[in-house]
Amino acid sequence: MFKWLDPYAKPETLYRICGLWFPWLMTAAVATLLLGSVWGLAFTPADYQQGDSYRIIHIHVPSAIWSMGAYSSMAIAALIALVWQVKAAQWAVGAIAPIGATFTVIALFTGAAWGKPMWGTWWVWDARLTSELILLFLYLGVIALSGAFADRQTGAKASALLAIVGVVNLPIIHFSVEWWNTLHQGATITKFAKPSIDASMLWPLLISILAFGLWLAALTCLRLKTAIIQNEQHRPWVRQLVASAVKTAAVKEG
Amino acid sequence: MPELHFSSWSAFFAMGGYSLFVWLSFGVTFALLGLLWWFSQSGHRQILKELAAKQARELRVQKQLKQSEQQSEQQQEQGHSA
Repeated sequence: MFKWLDPYAKPETLYRICGLWFPWLMTAAVATLLLGSVWGLAFTPADYQQGDSYRIIHIHVPSAIWSMGAYSSMAIAALIALVWQVKAAQWAVGAIAPIGATFTVIALFTGAAWGKPMWGTWWVWDARLTSELILLFLYLGVIALSGAFADRQTGAKASALLAIVGVVNLPIIHFSVEWWNTLHQGATITKFAKPSIDASMLWPLLISILAFGLWLAALTCLRLKTAIIQNEQHRPWVRQLVASAVKTAAVKEG
Repeated sequence: MPELHFSSWSAFFAMGGYSLFVWLSFGVTFALLGLLWWFSQSGHRQILKELAAKQARELRVQKQLKQSEQQSEQQQEQGHSA
């Protein structure tokens, strides 16, 4: 398998693949997010208990799911970076962390804005909310650690290690609504049973979940491209790339 | 087929009395995603610009080195002929 995967870890190949995929992923990400939001906001019935406030679900659940999905991908990349010393994996950790952090902030914020009208409070120190807040701190820790050492390699290793250790938090977040008494409602779709949501509401939700996944993929491609040329700037292929970028820019201006 | 839930634009914006929370959530989400995209894109452009400037500087330095070498060679030749 590694023989087959190895060429994709070559920075030059990876850069081209990311460049090829980014425009399509980004377009799909924007389109599905708009579709999911418009559908969820205007074309679904209101909840029989929560009225129209439940429409926040269409961004709250996808961002929360992918805040954990991004963390898992980041941790896998960190493991590959530490064990097999794959540089591209190390750059992926740094590329994903800010995206995951943004998703976590969105999940926390939309959760608060949903909690205020439904629970009567923006925030409670409840198991689900607290563990999701810890997830945000883990992301911030990974970002901060990578820049905290004079030697960049040490920083990258420390942040990869934190990313791996932090995986412990993921099952805690997921099962927090079962293990503890909490204000937060139980799982609606991420369980091994029929989703407890009507089909008319499920479809836009699934589209929004797809949308956030596409945002993660697209922005990872873009940020990984940046990391690759930054770290490989002395390689001939990057120098050529920069030179041709200057030329096209000159043609555009002239 | 999904049906339109609201009868008018004003009803849509009112969100059954939850307008503040619903629109705040969606607004902040779109703003944050947009910002992240913008920062990532501008970061990429920034790196390309910096690398281009670096390469241009290196080229200039090399040119100047060559020129000063040629000048010193010429001076040496002149010194010999004199």
